[in-house]
Amino acid sequence: MTKVSSELAARMKAMEGFNAGACFHCGTCSALCPLGYKILPRKLFRQVMLGLEDEVRTNIPAIFSCLLCRMCEVNCPQGVHIAENIRALRSLINRQEFGLQ
Amino acid sequence: MALPIAPLLGIFADNVRKRGSVLPLTKARATGWARGLDIPRGGETVLYTGHMYQMTPLIDAMSAQMSTLENSFLTRFFGIGRVVNKFVNMTFFMGLTASAERTQRANQVLRDIVGLLREAKVEFGYLYEDEFYAGALLYDDGLDESFAAHARRVTAHLRKLGVRRLITVDPHTTQMFRQAYPLFVKDFDIEVRNYLEVLAEAGLEAAKPVDKEVVVHDSCIYARYVDIARQPRELLRAAGLSVREPKQAGKSTHCCGGPLESLFPAEAHRISGNRVDQLAAEGKNVVTMCPFCWVNLGNAAGDRLAVTDIATVLATSRSLPKAADTRKARLASPRTAARWPHRAGPAAIPSTPKP
Repeated sequence: MTKVSSELAARMKAMEGFNAGACFHCGTCSALCPLGYKILPRKLFRQVMLGLEDEVRTNIPAIFSCLLCRMCEVNCPQGVHIAENIRALRSLINRQEFGLQ
Repeated sequence: MALPIAPLLGIFADNVRKRGSVLPLTKARATGWARGLDIPRGGETVLYTGHMYQMTPLIDAMSAQMSTLENSFLTRFFGIGRVVNKFVNMTFFMGLTASAERTQRANQVLRDIVGLLREAKVEFGYLYEDEFYAGALLYDDGLDESFAAHARRVTAHLRKLGVRRLITVDPHTTQMFRQAYPLFVKDFDIEVRNYLEVLAEAGLEAAKPVDKEVVVHDSCIYARYVDIARQPRELLRAAGLSVREPKQAGKSTHCCGGPLESLFPAEAHRISGNRVDQLAAEGKNVVTMCPFCWVNLGNAAGDRLAVTDIATVLATSRSLPKAADTRKARLASPRTAARWPHRAGPAAIPSTPKP
Protein backbone atom coordinates (compact mmCIF):
# COMPACT_ATOMS: atom_id res chain seq x y z
CA MET A 1 0.00 0.00 0.00
CA THR A 2 1.42 3.40 -0.94
CA LYS A 3 1.28 6.05 1.72
CA VAL A 4 0.54 9.58 0.60
CA SER A 5 1.69 12.61 2.55
CA SER A 6 -0.15 15.69 1.50
CA GLU A 7 2.17 17.61 3.80
CA LEU A 8 5.24 16.79 1.67
CA ALA A 9 3.43 17.87 -1.48
CA ALA A 10 2.24 21.08 0.12
CA ARG A 11 5.63 21.89 1.57
CA MET A 12 7.35 21.47 -1.79
CA LYS A 13 4.69 23.49 -3.55
CA ALA A 14 5.26 26.31 -1.11
CA MET A 15 9.01 26.33 -1.86
CA GLU A 16 10.00 29.12 -4.15
CA GLY A 17 11.42 27.97 -7.46
CA PHE A 18 9.97 24.45 -7.41
CA ASN A 19 8.19 24.29 -10.78
CA ALA A 20 8.07 20.59 -11.71
CA GLY A 21 4.39 20.88 -12.63
CA ALA A 22 5.32 22.20 -16.06
CA CYS A 23 7.06 18.91 -17.04
CA PHE A 24 5.39 17.15 -19.98
CA HIS A 25 7.47 13.95 -19.68
CA CYS A 26 9.51 14.18 -22.88
CA GLY A 27 12.63 12.60 -21.33
CA THR A 28 15.18 15.08 -22.69
CA CYS A 29 16.61 15.46 -19.17
CA SER A 30 17.29 11.76 -18.73
CA ALA A 31 18.77 11.40 -22.20
CA LEU A 32 21.32 14.18 -21.61
CA CYS A 33 22.34 13.43 -18.00
CA PRO A 34 26.11 12.76 -17.83
CA LEU A 35 25.55 10.77 -14.65
CA GLY A 36 22.84 8.54 -16.07
CA TYR A 37 20.69 9.68 -13.16
CA LYS A 38 19.50 6.66 -11.20
CA ILE A 39 15.89 7.82 -11.24
CA LEU A 40 14.19 9.84 -13.95
CA PRO A 41 13.76 13.44 -12.78
CA ARG A 42 10.18 13.40 -14.01
CA LYS A 43 9.41 10.32 -11.93
CA LEU A 44 11.06 11.79 -8.85
CA PHE A 45 9.21 15.10 -9.18
CA ARG A 46 5.93 13.25 -9.69
CA GLN A 47 6.55 11.30 -6.47
CA VAL A 48 7.16 14.59 -4.67
CA MET A 49 4.07 16.26 -6.07
CA LEU A 50 1.93 13.25 -5.17
CA GLY A 51 3.42 13.20 -1.69
CA LEU A 52 4.83 9.65 -1.93
CA GLU A 53 7.12 10.10 1.06
CA ASP A 54 8.51 6.55 1.25
CA GLU A 55 9.42 6.49 -2.44
CA VAL A 56 11.14 9.84 -2.16
CA ARG A 57 13.03 8.56 0.90
CA THR A 58 14.45 5.57 -1.02
CA ASN A 59 15.74 8.03 -3.62
CA ILE A 60 17.80 10.11 -1.19
CA PRO A 61 21.18 8.88 -2.54
CA ALA A 62 20.06 9.78 -6.07
CA ILE A 63 18.89 13.22 -4.94
CA PHE A 64 22.31 13.92 -3.42
CA SER A 65 24.20 12.52 -6.40
CA CYS A 66 22.90 15.06 -8.93
CA LEU A 67 25.83 17.09 -10.30
CA LEU A 68 23.75 20.30 -10.59
CA CYS A 69 25.52 20.69 -13.93
CA ARG A 70 22.30 21.99 -15.56
CA MET A 71 22.74 20.02 -18.78
CA CYS A 72 19.10 18.92 -18.45
CA GLU A 73 17.84 22.31 -17.38
CA VAL A 74 19.19 24.41 -20.25
CA ASN A 75 17.70 21.90 -22.71
CA CYS A 76 14.31 21.45 -21.02
CA PRO A 77 11.61 22.51 -23.51
CA GLN A 78 9.27 23.37 -20.64
CA GLY A 79 11.72 25.51 -18.71
CA VAL A 80 11.59 23.35 -15.58
CA HIS A 81 14.30 24.45 -13.13
CA ILE A 82 15.48 20.88 -12.67
CA ALA A 83 18.72 21.61 -10.83
CA GLU A 84 17.06 24.17 -8.58
CA ASN A 85 14.23 21.70 -7.86
CA ILE A 86 16.78 19.09 -6.80
CA ARG A 87 18.49 21.64 -4.57
CA ALA A 88 15.19 22.56 -2.98
CA LEU A 89 14.48 18.89 -2.38
CA ARG A 90 17.89 18.48 -0.71
CA SER A 91 17.10 21.37 1.56
CA LEU A 92 13.80 19.75 2.58
CA ILE A 93 15.44 16.35 3.21
CA ASN A 94 18.21 17.96 5.26
CA ARG A 95 15.65 19.51 7.53
CA GLN A 96 13.07 16.71 7.70
CA GLU A 97 15.24 13.61 7.56
CA PHE A 98 18.70 14.57 8.74
CA GLY A 99 17.87 17.34 11.20
CA LEU A 100 20.43 19.55 9.47
CA GLN A 101 20.02 23.17 8.56
CA MET B 1 27.73 2.65 -2.65
CA ALA B 2 27.74 6.15 -1.29
CA LEU B 3 29.56 7.56 1.67
CA PRO B 4 27.22 8.33 4.57
CA ILE B 5 25.48 11.52 3.48
CA ALA B 6 24.08 12.99 6.69
CA PRO B 7 27.26 12.90 8.87
CA LEU B 8 29.38 14.32 6.04
CA LEU B 9 26.93 17.16 5.40
CA GLY B 10 26.90 17.74 9.16
CA ILE B 11 30.69 18.08 9.17
CA PHE B 12 30.54 20.62 6.32
CA ALA B 13 27.90 22.70 8.09
CA ASP B 14 29.72 22.54 11.47
CA ASN B 15 32.99 23.58 9.85
CA VAL B 16 31.44 26.62 8.22
CA ARG B 17 29.66 27.64 11.42
CA LYS B 18 32.67 27.17 13.68
CA ARG B 19 35.61 27.78 11.34
CA GLY B 20 34.21 29.82 8.44
CA SER B 21 34.85 27.23 5.72
CA VAL B 22 33.96 23.66 4.73
CA LEU B 23 37.65 22.98 4.51
CA PRO B 24 39.33 25.40 6.91
CA LEU B 25 42.80 26.39 5.76
CA THR B 26 45.74 27.62 7.78
CA LYS B 27 46.71 31.23 7.16
CA ALA B 28 49.84 30.07 5.35
CA ARG B 29 47.80 27.90 3.01
CA ALA B 30 45.15 30.54 2.32
CA THR B 31 47.42 33.52 1.72
CA GLY B 32 50.91 32.06 1.11
CA TRP B 33 50.46 32.31 -2.66
CA ALA B 34 50.52 36.13 -2.50
CA ARG B 35 53.89 36.30 -0.78
CA GLY B 36 56.22 38.76 -2.51
CA LEU B 37 53.60 40.09 -4.95
CA ASP B 38 53.01 43.33 -3.05
CA ILE B 39 49.27 43.37 -3.62
CA PRO B 40 47.84 46.25 -1.57
CA ARG B 41 45.64 45.23 1.34
CA GLY B 42 41.90 45.85 0.87
CA GLY B 43 40.44 48.70 -1.15
CA GLU B 44 37.15 49.11 -3.01
CA THR B 45 38.06 46.55 -5.69
CA VAL B 46 39.57 43.31 -4.45
CA LEU B 47 40.73 40.09 -6.04
CA TYR B 48 38.64 37.40 -4.34
CA THR B 49 40.05 33.86 -4.39
CA GLY B 50 37.39 32.35 -2.09
CA HIS B 51 40.11 29.82 -1.08
CA MET B 52 39.15 27.58 -3.97
CA TYR B 53 42.53 27.09 -5.62
CA GLN B 54 44.18 26.89 -2.21
CA MET B 55 41.84 24.01 -1.30
CA THR B 56 42.75 21.85 -4.27
CA PRO B 57 45.81 20.16 -2.72
CA LEU B 58 43.68 19.15 0.26
CA ILE B 59 40.79 17.98 -1.87
CA ASP B 60 43.23 15.95 -3.91
CA ALA B 61 44.61 14.24 -0.81
CA MET B 62 41.16 13.82 0.69
CA SER B 63 39.53 12.28 -2.36
CA ALA B 64 42.21 9.58 -2.43
CA GLN B 65 41.41 8.77 1.20
CA MET B 66 37.66 8.96 0.68
CA SER B 67 37.56 6.60 -2.25
CA THR B 68 39.34 3.95 -0.22
CA LEU B 69 36.72 4.47 2.49
CA GLU B 70 33.74 4.31 0.17
CA ASN B 71 33.22 0.57 0.39
CA SER B 72 34.72 0.03 3.79
CA PHE B 73 33.14 -0.79 7.17
CA LEU B 74 34.76 2.42 8.45
CA THR B 75 31.89 4.43 6.96
CA ARG B 76 29.90 3.37 10.02
CA PHE B 77 32.10 5.60 12.13
CA PHE B 78 31.45 8.84 10.24
CA GLY B 79 28.87 9.78 12.89
CA ILE B 80 31.63 9.68 15.50
CA GLY B 81 33.81 11.67 13.13
CA ARG B 82 31.25 14.46 13.16
CA VAL B 83 31.24 14.58 16.97
CA VAL B 84 35.04 14.67 17.13
CA ASN B 85 35.17 17.30 14.37
CA LYS B 86 33.17 19.69 16.53
CA PHE B 87 36.19 19.91 18.83
CA VAL B 88 39.16 19.12 16.63
CA ASN B 89 39.45 20.35 13.06
CA MET B 90 39.65 16.94 11.37
CA THR B 91 40.39 18.45 7.99
CA PHE B 92 43.64 19.85 9.43
CA PHE B 93 45.06 16.33 9.14
CA MET B 94 44.16 16.21 5.46
CA GLY B 95 46.57 19.10 4.94
CA LEU B 96 49.42 16.93 6.20
CA THR B 97 49.11 14.58 3.25
CA ALA B 98 48.62 17.30 0.61
CA SER B 99 51.31 17.24 -2.04
CA ALA B 100 53.79 20.13 -2.05
CA GLU B 101 53.95 20.00 -5.81
CA ARG B 102 50.17 20.39 -6.15
CA THR B 103 50.27 23.27 -3.64
CA GLN B 104 52.95 25.00 -5.65
CA ARG B 105 51.02 24.65 -8.91
CA ALA B 106 47.76 25.90 -7.35
CA ASN B 107 49.59 28.91 -5.92
CA GLN B 108 51.15 29.56 -9.31
CA VAL B 109 47.68 29.75 -10.93
CA LEU B 110 46.74 32.58 -8.58
CA ARG B 111 50.06 34.31 -9.20
CA ASP B 112 49.48 34.02 -12.94
CA ILE B 113 46.03 35.60 -12.53
CA VAL B 114 47.66 38.54 -10.75
CA GLY B 115 50.24 38.78 -13.54
CA LEU B 116 47.53 38.84 -16.22
CA LEU B 117 45.44 41.48 -14.43
CA ARG B 118 48.53 43.64 -14.00
CA GLU B 119 49.36 43.20 -17.69
CA ALA B 120 45.83 44.52 -18.41
CA LYS B 121 46.48 47.49 -16.08
CA VAL B 122 43.68 46.51 -13.71
CA GLU B 123 44.07 47.87 -10.20
CA PHE B 124 42.96 45.77 -7.25
CA GLY B 125 43.69 44.87 -3.66
CA TYR B 126 43.52 41.60 -1.76
CA LEU B 127 42.01 40.88 1.66
CA TYR B 128 44.64 38.33 2.77
CA GLU B 129 43.46 36.58 5.96
CA ASP B 130 40.28 38.71 5.92
CA GLU B 131 38.98 36.72 2.98
CA PHE B 132 36.41 33.94 3.44
CA TYR B 133 35.17 30.91 1.60
CA ALA B 134 31.91 31.83 -0.22
CA GLY B 135 29.87 28.77 0.87
CA ALA B 136 29.22 26.96 -2.43
CA LEU B 137 29.13 23.46 -0.96
CA LEU B 138 26.51 24.45 1.62
CA TYR B 139 24.33 26.01 -1.04
CA ASP B 140 24.66 23.10 -3.47
CA ASP B 141 23.89 20.50 -0.83
CA GLY B 142 20.78 22.39 0.28
CA LEU B 143 22.05 23.43 3.72
CA ASP B 144 20.11 26.64 3.24
CA GLU B 145 20.02 28.05 6.75
CA SER B 146 23.74 27.47 7.29
CA PHE B 147 24.44 29.03 3.91
CA ALA B 148 22.25 32.06 4.60
CA ALA B 149 23.95 32.71 7.94
CA HIS B 150 27.38 32.39 6.34
CA ALA B 151 26.45 34.62 3.38
CA ARG B 152 25.18 37.34 5.72
CA ARG B 153 28.35 37.10 7.82
CA VAL B 154 30.63 37.36 4.77
CA THR B 155 28.65 40.27 3.32
CA ALA B 156 28.68 42.22 6.59
CA HIS B 157 32.42 41.65 6.77
CA LEU B 158 32.98 42.89 3.19
CA ARG B 159 30.83 45.96 3.85
CA LYS B 160 32.78 46.72 7.01
CA LEU B 161 36.01 46.59 5.02
CA GLY B 162 34.54 48.99 2.43
CA VAL B 163 34.67 46.51 -0.45
CA ARG B 164 32.50 47.56 -3.42
CA ARG B 165 33.69 45.25 -6.20
CA LEU B 166 34.98 41.68 -6.29
CA ILE B 167 37.13 40.19 -9.03
CA THR B 168 36.49 36.48 -8.65
CA VAL B 169 38.78 33.80 -10.04
CA ASP B 170 36.70 30.62 -10.11
CA PRO B 171 33.21 29.65 -11.29
CA HIS B 172 31.76 28.59 -7.92
CA THR B 173 32.64 31.76 -6.04
CA THR B 174 31.39 33.80 -9.01
CA GLN B 175 28.06 31.98 -9.04
CA MET B 176 27.64 32.28 -5.26
CA PHE B 177 28.21 36.02 -5.12
CA ARG B 178 26.34 36.79 -8.31
CA GLN B 179 23.33 34.49 -8.04
CA ALA B 180 23.03 32.95 -4.57
CA TYR B 181 23.96 35.83 -2.23
CA PRO B 182 21.30 38.18 -3.65
CA LEU B 183 18.68 35.51 -2.77
CA PHE B 184 19.76 35.24 0.85
CA VAL B 185 21.26 38.62 1.73
CA LYS B 186 19.03 41.67 1.84
CA ASP B 187 20.10 44.42 -0.58
CA PHE B 188 23.26 42.67 -1.69
CA ASP B 189 24.92 45.35 -3.78
CA ILE B 190 28.54 44.30 -4.17
CA GLU B 191 29.51 44.16 -7.83
CA VAL B 192 30.90 40.81 -8.94
CA ARG B 193 33.17 40.49 -11.95
CA ASN B 194 35.07 37.42 -13.00
CA TYR B 195 38.72 37.90 -13.98
CA LEU B 196 38.10 36.31 -17.41
CA GLU B 197 35.42 38.92 -18.10
CA VAL B 198 37.70 41.68 -16.82
CA LEU B 199 40.60 40.51 -19.00
CA ALA B 200 38.45 40.06 -22.11
CA GLU B 201 37.02 43.55 -21.65
CA ALA B 202 40.40 45.12 -21.04
CA GLY B 203 41.45 43.82 -24.46
CA LEU B 204 44.95 42.54 -23.84
CA GLU B 205 47.29 43.15 -26.75
CA ALA B 206 47.41 40.28 -29.25
CA ALA B 207 50.46 38.11 -28.68
CA LYS B 208 52.61 36.52 -31.38
CA PRO B 209 51.03 33.27 -32.59
CA VAL B 210 52.63 30.22 -31.02
CA ASP B 211 52.51 26.82 -32.60
CA LYS B 212 50.31 25.22 -29.97
CA GLU B 213 46.82 23.76 -29.96
CA VAL B 214 44.75 23.57 -26.82
CA VAL B 215 41.49 21.73 -26.16
CA VAL B 216 39.05 23.81 -24.09
CA HIS B 217 37.11 22.22 -21.24
CA ASP B 218 34.30 24.55 -20.13
CA SER B 219 33.15 24.56 -16.52
CA CYS B 220 29.41 23.77 -16.18
CA ILE B 221 29.01 26.72 -13.85
CA TYR B 222 30.73 29.18 -16.16
CA ALA B 223 28.91 27.98 -19.28
CA ARG B 224 25.43 27.28 -17.93
CA TYR B 225 25.06 29.46 -14.84
CA VAL B 226 27.02 32.68 -15.35
CA ASP B 227 27.43 32.72 -19.13
CA ILE B 228 31.21 32.75 -19.47
CA ALA B 229 32.28 30.78 -22.56
CA ARG B 230 33.17 33.37 -25.20
CA GLN B 231 35.76 35.20 -23.06
CA PRO B 232 38.19 32.31 -22.40
CA ARG B 233 38.29 31.49 -26.12
CA GLU B 234 38.96 35.12 -27.06
CA LEU B 235 41.74 35.27 -24.49
CA LEU B 236 43.36 32.03 -25.66
CA ARG B 237 43.32 33.20 -29.29
CA ALA B 238 44.68 36.61 -28.33
CA ALA B 239 47.50 34.82 -26.53
CA GLY B 240 48.45 33.26 -29.87
CA LEU B 241 47.04 29.77 -29.31
CA SER B 242 44.79 27.69 -31.58
CA VAL B 243 41.64 26.55 -29.84
CA ARG B 244 40.10 23.13 -30.39
CA GLU B 245 36.61 22.20 -29.20
CA PRO B 246 35.71 18.79 -27.77
CA LYS B 247 32.50 17.04 -28.80
CA GLN B 248 30.62 18.70 -25.94
CA ALA B 249 31.67 22.34 -25.51
CA GLY B 250 30.33 25.73 -24.43
CA LYS B 251 26.72 25.54 -23.25
CA SER B 252 26.77 21.78 -23.92
CA THR B 253 29.89 21.08 -21.88
CA HIS B 254 30.28 17.77 -20.04
CA CYS B 255 30.74 17.80 -16.26
CA CYS B 256 34.16 16.80 -14.86
CA GLY B 257 32.56 14.76 -12.07
CA GLY B 258 33.95 17.11 -9.40
CA PRO B 259 30.69 17.79 -7.54
CA LEU B 260 30.43 14.12 -6.58
CA GLU B 261 33.96 13.86 -5.22
CA SER B 262 32.84 14.44 -1.63
CA LEU B 263 29.92 12.01 -1.41
CA PHE B 264 30.19 9.55 -4.33
CA PRO B 265 33.87 9.22 -5.34
CA ALA B 266 33.36 6.15 -7.54
CA GLU B 267 30.68 7.89 -9.64
CA ALA B 268 32.88 10.98 -9.88
CA HIS B 269 35.70 8.88 -11.32
CA ARG B 270 33.41 7.29 -13.90
CA ILE B 271 32.22 10.69 -15.14
CA SER B 272 35.70 12.23 -15.24
CA GLY B 273 36.88 9.19 -17.20
CA ASN B 274 34.15 9.74 -19.80
CA ARG B 275 35.12 13.38 -20.15
CA VAL B 276 38.82 12.56 -20.48
CA ASP B 277 37.97 10.26 -23.42
CA GLN B 278 36.09 13.11 -25.14
CA LEU B 279 38.95 15.57 -24.60
CA ALA B 280 41.67 13.11 -25.62
CA ALA B 281 39.96 12.68 -28.99
CA GLU B 282 40.83 16.32 -29.78
CA GLY B 283 44.34 16.70 -28.48
CA LYS B 284 46.75 16.32 -25.62
CA ASN B 285 46.83 19.82 -24.12
CA VAL B 286 43.67 20.49 -22.17
CA VAL B 287 42.80 23.87 -20.66
CA THR B 288 40.50 24.07 -17.63
CA MET B 289 39.06 27.17 -15.93
CA CYS B 290 37.84 25.78 -12.61
CA PRO B 291 40.07 24.54 -9.78
CA PHE B 292 37.98 21.38 -9.37
CA CYS B 293 37.84 20.52 -13.07
CA TRP B 294 41.61 21.03 -13.04
CA VAL B 295 42.27 18.56 -10.20
CA ASN B 296 39.65 16.05 -11.21
CA LEU B 297 40.46 15.81 -14.89
CA GLY B 298 44.18 15.93 -14.18
CA ASN B 299 43.90 12.92 -11.89
CA ALA B 300 41.59 11.06 -14.26
CA ALA B 301 43.84 11.70 -17.24
CA GLY B 302 47.10 10.58 -15.65
CA ASP B 303 49.71 10.61 -18.42
CA ARG B 304 47.17 10.72 -21.25
CA LEU B 305 46.66 14.49 -21.13
CA ALA B 306 48.42 17.58 -19.87
CA VAL B 307 45.69 19.43 -17.95
CA THR B 308 46.59 23.06 -17.23
CA ASP B 309 44.62 25.97 -15.81
CA ILE B 310 43.82 28.76 -18.27
CA ALA B 311 45.64 31.39 -16.20
CA THR B 312 48.89 29.45 -16.40
CA VAL B 313 48.36 28.77 -20.12
CA LEU B 314 47.75 32.46 -20.86
CA ALA B 315 50.64 33.69 -18.72
CA THR B 316 53.04 31.15 -20.24
CA SER B 317 51.96 31.86 -23.80
CA ARG B 318 52.38 35.59 -23.23
CA SER B 319 55.71 34.87 -21.52
CA LEU B 320 54.79 37.06 -18.59
CA PRO B 321 57.61 37.24 -16.07
CA LYS B 322 57.07 34.39 -13.61
CA ALA B 323 56.64 35.90 -10.20
CA ALA B 324 59.32 34.39 -8.05
CA ASP B 325 58.97 32.76 -4.69
CA THR B 326 56.81 29.74 -5.28
CA ARG B 327 59.08 28.20 -2.69
CA LYS B 328 58.34 24.69 -1.56
CA ALA B 329 55.48 24.50 0.87
CA ARG B 330 56.40 23.66 4.40
CA LEU B 331 53.83 20.92 4.48
CA ALA B 332 55.77 18.82 2.01
CA SER B 333 55.33 15.13 2.59
CA PRO B 334 57.72 12.90 0.66
CA ARG B 335 55.44 9.98 1.43
CA THR B 336 52.63 11.43 -0.68
CA ALA B 337 54.42 10.91 -3.96
CA ALA B 338 55.40 7.39 -3.00
CA ARG B 339 51.87 6.43 -2.04
CA TRP B 340 50.09 7.94 -5.02
CA PRO B 341 52.67 8.01 -7.78
CA HIS B 342 49.93 8.33 -10.41
CA ARG B 343 49.02 11.66 -8.85
CA ALA B 344 52.40 13.20 -9.36
CA GLY B 345 51.26 14.94 -12.57
CA PRO B 346 53.47 16.81 -15.02
CA ALA B 347 56.67 18.50 -13.97
CA ALA B 348 56.36 21.45 -11.61
CA ILE B 349 56.48 24.91 -13.07
CA PRO B 350 60.04 26.15 -12.60
CA SER B 351 60.36 29.24 -10.49
CA THR B 352 62.88 31.91 -11.28
CA PRO B 353 65.07 33.20 -8.46
CA LYS B 354 64.48 36.66 -7.08
CA PRO B 355 66.67 39.28 -8.74
